[in-house]
Amino acid sequence: MSFESLLLMRHELVLLLAIVLLLIAEIGTNDSQKSIISPLAIILFALHTIVGFLPLQEGSLFGGMFNTTNIVATMKNILNLGVLIILLQSWKWLNATENRVKVSEFYIVLFSTLLGMFYMISAGDFLMFYIGLEIATIPLAALAAFNRHENKSAEAGIKLLLSSALSSGILLYGISMIYGTTGSIYFAEISQSFKGFEPIQVMAMIFFFSGMAFKISLVPFHLWTADVYEGAPVSITSYLSVISKGAAAFVFMIILFTVFKLFTPVWQDMMTAIAILTMTIGNLFALRQNNLKRYLAFSSIAQAGFILLGIISGTATGMATVVYFILIYIFSNLSAFGVVSIISAYTGKDSISDLNGMYKTNPKLSLALTLALFSLAGIPPVAGFFGKFFLFTAAAEKDFYILVLIALLNTIVSLYYYLMPVKAMFINKSESPIAYFKTDKISQLGLAISIIGMVVIGFASPVYEKILSFCFGI
Amino acid sequence: MDFTYTLAIIGLPFITFLILGLLHNKLSHKLAGIIGSSSLGISFILSCITAYFYFFKYGKIDGAYQKIEAFNITWLQLTDQLHIDMGILLDPISVMMLMVVTTVSLMVHIYSTGYMHGETGFNRFFAFLSLFSFSMLGLVVATNLFQMYIFWELVGVSSFLLIGYYYEKPSAVAASKKAFITTRFADLGFLIGILLLSFYTGTFDFFELTKTNGHELAMTMPAGTSFLGLSIVSWALILIFMGGAGKSAMFPLHIWLPDAMEGPTPVSALIHAATMVVAGVYLVARLFPVYVLEAPDALTVVMWVGAFSALFAAIIACTQFDIKRVLAFSTMSQIGYMMLALGVSHYGDHEGLGFMASMFHLTTHAMFKALLFLGAGSIIHAVHSNSMLDMGGLKKYMPITFITFGIAWLAICGFPGLSGFFSKDEILAAAYHHNKVVFYIAVLVAGLTAFYMSRLFFSIFFGKTQHYHHTPHESPASMTIPLIILAIFATFAGYIPFHDLITSDGRPFEAHIDWAIAIPVTLLAFGGMALAFAFYFKPSTMPDKIAASLKGVYTTIYRKFYIDEVYLFVTQKILFNIVSQSIAWFDRHIIDATMDGFATVTNYASESIKELQSGQIQKYGFVFISGVFVFAFILIYVFVY
Repeated sequence: MSFESLLLMRHELVLLLAIVLLLIAEIGTNDSQKSIISPLAIILFALHTIVGFLPLQEGSLFGGMFNTTNIVATMKNILNLGVLIILLQSWKWLNATENRVKVSEFYIVLFSTLLGMFYMISAGDFLMFYIGLEIATIPLAALAAFNRHENKSAEAGIKLLLSSALSSGILLYGISMIYGTTGSIYFAEISQSFKGFEPIQVMAMIFFFSGMAFKISLVPFHLWTADVYEGAPVSITSYLSVISKGAAAFVFMIILFTVFKLFTPVWQDMMTAIAILTMTIGNLFALRQNNLKRYLAFSSIAQAGFILLGIISGTATGMATVVYFILIYIFSNLSAFGVVSIISAYTGKDSISDLNGMYKTNPKLSLALTLALFSLAGIPPVAGFFGKFFLFTAAAEKDFYILVLIALLNTIVSLYYYLMPVKAMFINKSESPIAYFKTDKISQLGLAISIIGMVVIGFASPVYEKILSFCFGI
Repeated sequence: MDFTYTLAIIGLPFITFLILGLLHNKLSHKLAGIIGSSSLGISFILSCITAYFYFFKYGKIDGAYQKIEAFNITWLQLTDQLHIDMGILLDPISVMMLMVVTTVSLMVHIYSTGYMHGETGFNRFFAFLSLFSFSMLGLVVATNLFQMYIFWELVGVSSFLLIGYYYEKPSAVAASKKAFITTRFADLGFLIGILLLSFYTGTFDFFELTKTNGHELAMTMPAGTSFLGLSIVSWALILIFMGGAGKSAMFPLHIWLPDAMEGPTPVSALIHAATMVVAGVYLVARLFPVYVLEAPDALTVVMWVGAFSALFAAIIACTQFDIKRVLAFSTMSQIGYMMLALGVSHYGDHEGLGFMASMFHLTTHAMFKALLFLGAGSIIHAVHSNSMLDMGGLKKYMPITFITFGIAWLAICGFPGLSGFFSKDEILAAAYHHNKVVFYIAVLVAGLTAFYMSRLFFSIFFGKTQHYHHTPHESPASMTIPLIILAIFATFAGYIPFHDLITSDGRPFEAHIDWAIAIPVTLLAFGGMALAFAFYFKPSTMPDKIAASLKGVYTTIYRKFYIDEVYLFVTQKILFNIVSQSIAWFDRHIIDATMDGFATVTNYASESIKELQSGQIQKYGFVFISGVFVFAFILIYVFVY
């Protein structure tokens, strides 16, 4: 194995380097010098993001354990963009006095989870996949409990840890059954050795499905989501809802398309049921939330249901629409979370009723949040419309008409609750609306990137076509 | 020769629109006027350069003017063959239109700096003027039907905005709505026509659609008859013409044009006299090879609609007192002339005389009619009234306006030596060789035109001497200079050798004044002028007596043949009462109720499942595990057993 072939792991190596540098910086600085950590982390990560976009060769390492393809690299780049925006958006919160001492923990742990996700996406066998998954999950529990003195945050951490343990157990059980019946953990070999619908293999597939469904928070494996999202700090919530979810959706799709292609009718049926449940229940719960983070949690559950529409088609178009949708979803959701985190960092408020009359006092933030919600709801001309439209097209192409119809009905319901905060900001009157405040430049930058992405990407058809050219179907 | 720079002709007004539109609160009126006028000035200069290069240097290959694609990008790729492009097409008629539009627009811009002086919405006005210029220029250079349609609608929007410029005046608002809705309705036909044509030919592109091999279209069109004995192509082109008829105010879609005079007078000069209203003529001219070679039936429709509108409007114009409305009906009548000329034309050489005559008349008409409107604006500016009953004897107060308006008057009447004489003669000659009935209609219209224009002219500048509240005075230089320039164009535009430049097949041919037609028609025009002279030069009771003796007929004509009332009856009594009300009921009781039901069910369902989210992690685990096993049992049962 030469040095060049090691470069296939470029994303991971550069990120690892960033983590190590941060560790050294942490050790080498005393408390008064900690203020350099944040800029350093952001610069390192920005460099990492840029390096990620350099052209990359396709290939595999370690006898097929680790794969790099164009689509995998694209997925990683998309996640990088999302994390970069999150880092910018969490600047203000992290620099609060009570967090100053823990700053480097935040970055190091966060980067580790991202590293885990990268390995998970690139995995060519179940071992690599599982290790990646755990690296991605366990540190997240620590991040969720980042404000450990707050009960809610601590509760979020422990709930995430316990639920993950359960889902990991089931997932691992599924993997072990696959190993038991096929004698291999390599994706390529496993898909060769599946011969028919063996009950135990179907069962294993369902176990695997459930474990991933937990990560993407699909109904009925989603119950942890709302509590954890509410309790965790806003930055972690946004990380969970876009990055963690996006990464899991990517790897879920890849494994269904490659390993379980024989079982396509089985998982398509299961997915139909789960998609309907997820969209509907996510929407129904979102309707009655007042806490913005909980509200966005349920909204993100409903959005996950839409993602399934692209996966279920099993085509290259389907894969492209999912990747494209997640790209748009990252921008839109981060715009929404960006505003929420700014409001929360500056005023400590986080419920929809607090937004009443905000347009009068903070028109720019209100407009930003409105655009973000429009995009999440799928109102043209914001990118969210194109994302959703493509997903529906992908599913309709493979004759999932009933599913598309139900998804359409669900978008109507979702319109209602996506417009609730808009109504609060623009129409509702309030005795004491959130007073005007000036946002710092870094948060503004983070918000600006996500909003520009959200508005522009819907019109940039080359992006979609590029993604499509990398994708594969069953 | 690289014509890419022509992008600037279209781009500059758009940039100006953005600047003026975004900064309209920040810019002083003076600066806004300078920005607007100078950007149009540059567009004008570039158009002149383009015209020079096109006509005299690079346009002609093998003795025929070619279509040149100066710029093109593919905007939407619909199928492998069908795509929507945005580009710039240069050919004789588009270059001619570039000249006409930028000339009139520049004059109107300069004129408006004086006319609109002190208006609060001055900057808004200039922003809209720029938007209009951009849209009109984009329409003119469109390389394909779809681009034309987009700019066509943009022109409609700008026209809407400018007619409704005085938006606090209810009549202006009503007029702008009327104009927009009527033309939009016509554009429905246009759109269907475009879709039909592109469906059967697989292209929107003018290059492909109008390419000819000798006297045949290069493209094969769908054959056979479809409906009422006309071919599909004929139907498509008739529908496309419907859009053109709406924009060009042809009967029966003309009702918006008189009302559109509610807009500021410079707008009437630019949009409702010289440029936008001739878009319909331009559209037919653009697709002329298809009309004449594949769908002569559609061309016959164009001819009759044009001839009828010309006569119809000329009759009404004789009875109106609002000077802008007289000019509006005159515009409709003259556009009818242009349509008629296209309708009687054949293809190639001298056979294509009508096509050339139509374009010729379009150009000369743009000059003298813009001049008439701007002159009317100058008069209204001085007298503060639109009605010719409030005017009279203005000759001594406003010498420059008098002379320039007089030149335009003689030009439109067809006075020998002035521009209108030449172009009108070519139209009459073309009609004479094609259809005698249409020819006599056209001759009659020429006589009527001379009469009602002279009536207007004498009533304003001579007639009875009025006692004005303020003594009228000549307009400022910013208004009179455009009048003088346009007067020069209106005088000499007739000497442009159109038969060498703008012909149906791009090849020059020999054309001469047909004295056998010109002399009688000119005598008839003199007759009309003489009659008007007798009635209106000095105060006279004769017109009233004649009107009284023809009471019923006169009232009918004065009320514009009650066409507006017919429309009102159809829309308000029939459409609103019968169709709309039942639809409204359906909407309220069926659609809304369904939606309410949907909301109730959603709310109920949401209420009933909220216990699921209990916050207790052991319950979450239970649901998780149950979910796994339920799915496992069902799926294994379904797929394995």
